[in-house]
Amino acid sequence: MSLSKEDVQRVSLLARLKLSDDELTTMTEQLGQIVSYIDKLSELDTEGVKPMAHALDLTNALVDDEPHESLPREKALQNAPRSDDECFRVPAVLGE
Amino acid sequence: MIDLSATSLLAKLQSGEVSSEEVTAAFLDRINAVESRVGAFLKVNSESAMQAAQAVDKKRRSGAPLGKLAGIPIAVKDILCTEGEATTCGSRMLEHYVPPYNATVVEHLLASDAIVIGRTNMDEFAMGSSTENSAYKPTSNPWDLERIPGGSSGGAAACLAAAMAPLSIGTDTGGSIRQPAALCGVVGLKPTYGRVSRFGLVAFASSLDQVGPMATTVEDTALLLETIAGHDRRDSTSAKIDVPQYTASVNSPLENLTIGVVPSHYQDGLDTEIESAVKEAIRVYESLGARIKEIEMPHAQYGIATYYFIAPFEASGNLARYDGAHYGYRTDQQTMLDELSEEANQTDGAGESPLVRMYRKSRSEGFGSEVQRRVMLGTYALSEGYYDAYYLKALKVRRLIRADYDSAFDQVDCILGPVTASPAFRRGEKTNDPLAMYLEDLYTVNANLAGVAGISLPCGLTSENLPIGLHLQAAPFQEEKLLKVANMYQSATDWHTRRPEIQ
Repeated sequence: MSLSKEDVQRVSLLARLKLSDDELTTMTEQLGQIVSYIDKLSELDTEGVKPMAHALDLTNALVDDEPHESLPREKALQNAPRSDDECFRVPAVLGE
Repeated sequence: MIDLSATSLLAKLQSGEVSSEEVTAAFLDRINAVESRVGAFLKVNSESAMQAAQAVDKKRRSGAPLGKLAGIPIAVKDILCTEGEATTCGSRMLEHYVPPYNATVVEHLLASDAIVIGRTNMDEFAMGSSTENSAYKPTSNPWDLERIPGGSSGGAAACLAAAMAPLSIGTDTGGSIRQPAALCGVVGLKPTYGRVSRFGLVAFASSLDQVGPMATTVEDTALLLETIAGHDRRDSTSAKIDVPQYTASVNSPLENLTIGVVPSHYQDGLDTEIESAVKEAIRVYESLGARIKEIEMPHAQYGIATYYFIAPFEASGNLARYDGAHYGYRTDQQTMLDELSEEANQTDGAGESPLVRMYRKSRSEGFGSEVQRRVMLGTYALSEGYYDAYYLKALKVRRLIRADYDSAFDQVDCILGPVTASPAFRRGEKTNDPLAMYLEDLYTVNANLAGVAGISLPCGLTSENLPIGLHLQAAPFQEEKLLKVANMYQSATDWHTRRPEIQ
């Protein structure tokens, strides 16, 4: 499995990261090395093996539906880079 | 006083021989004396720790009931949310993040009347094996200041080795408690997945992360685990299984002990001094009456590859929350908008939306390179066309690794082996080789994938006077057995009493 710089550029958009040209080059090289190492798994026959997503065999861990206090709005907003009294503020999504 | 275990200090506090104020002041003095050389802490709570100590002393004098750790200083890894205190996770992204709530583990510590003496340094978002990925500073190994303490709980291990705290909290996703414990010559236990609540633990890989105790003795490790373990309704993956009184049983040896050893652990790559120390530990157990049985773990060799699929998958999802909108770092908005309009002039309009650019720039400026690498790796492997080939394949191999453990634990009580292939390396030695750094977790990562319990304890020193760790693993929720077996070794040896002279 080989990775091109264009692949890495495309993935960086999906990952919402912005890499400089130099960073893209290094990242392509490093990801290529890592992916070729971990590709070692393809040598194993896993036909019929059930995937294990989790260490505990838990299904539907439900709690009782008891009303309780939620985080107050001012606490939820206290770490926001920008907010007004009610909302998180972000740059315009659809233009000014 | 700073050389005493938490258990001994508790006895002295209970008898009135010393006060918590004296104990806390002694550790703060030690921090003042050596921290500038070790760099284990991101924050030292000099004032609030003394106030808390005075409050516990007062409570004790009044005869009020006290918690399990009343008056004992403890260091907390900077990954556990603490209300009103910056919790940075070693990242610029969270430099100014002040959680509006406490992690459950922090609540347990406060309820136990422990004195939180400071917050320890770590690899950013717990991604790393050397603490060199901290956005703030490196931490030195107290045994050799030129070397790394391991990671990601490097500060947590180094502060114990340097006697700056008697107890410490770490977290372990692929070896992040056990590897630094081994490299710093202290004890570190990764509990079974589900033993300790993850609520308020900044998430890295949610199916692998566990919080665990670190200390200088197995007895203290038992005490701290007993304090933090248990079901939590706020973490649906925490198990509804009663917490045994580990301290009540830790001093009773396990009868009819059978220890499993894995021949493939001793193949190429393992440092010969580590091999000798681990084999000597096997002889110690034999002399204590243990039966040694060779077992095979045929899929252990696939652990790192499986881990470096699964952990980045989960990390890329977990770290999507750092978007520069809700909390954490945001890029400078004006600079970003100027940049966009300049690009638009060059390309005739159609560029990226300001929101997407804000996400991308905030994340690339706020995350360090290792974090970006893992987010990229996880995103790549989950992207269209690779999901079945990578993700499902890795989950299947994970099942095979777990099956190896299940069949091993049908035959033996514990699996014994090395924690690391080599002792602490020099700072900078592996920073440009991510894969070499990943291989640091060779012996530890399978316990996370399978969800079993593991402990690292000191079992020797190399000719260069660097600590060597002994790894013991036990079946899920068998921490009681694990601690008993580990303590049998400490009762027969004195490696855990060795301390470095900080140069």
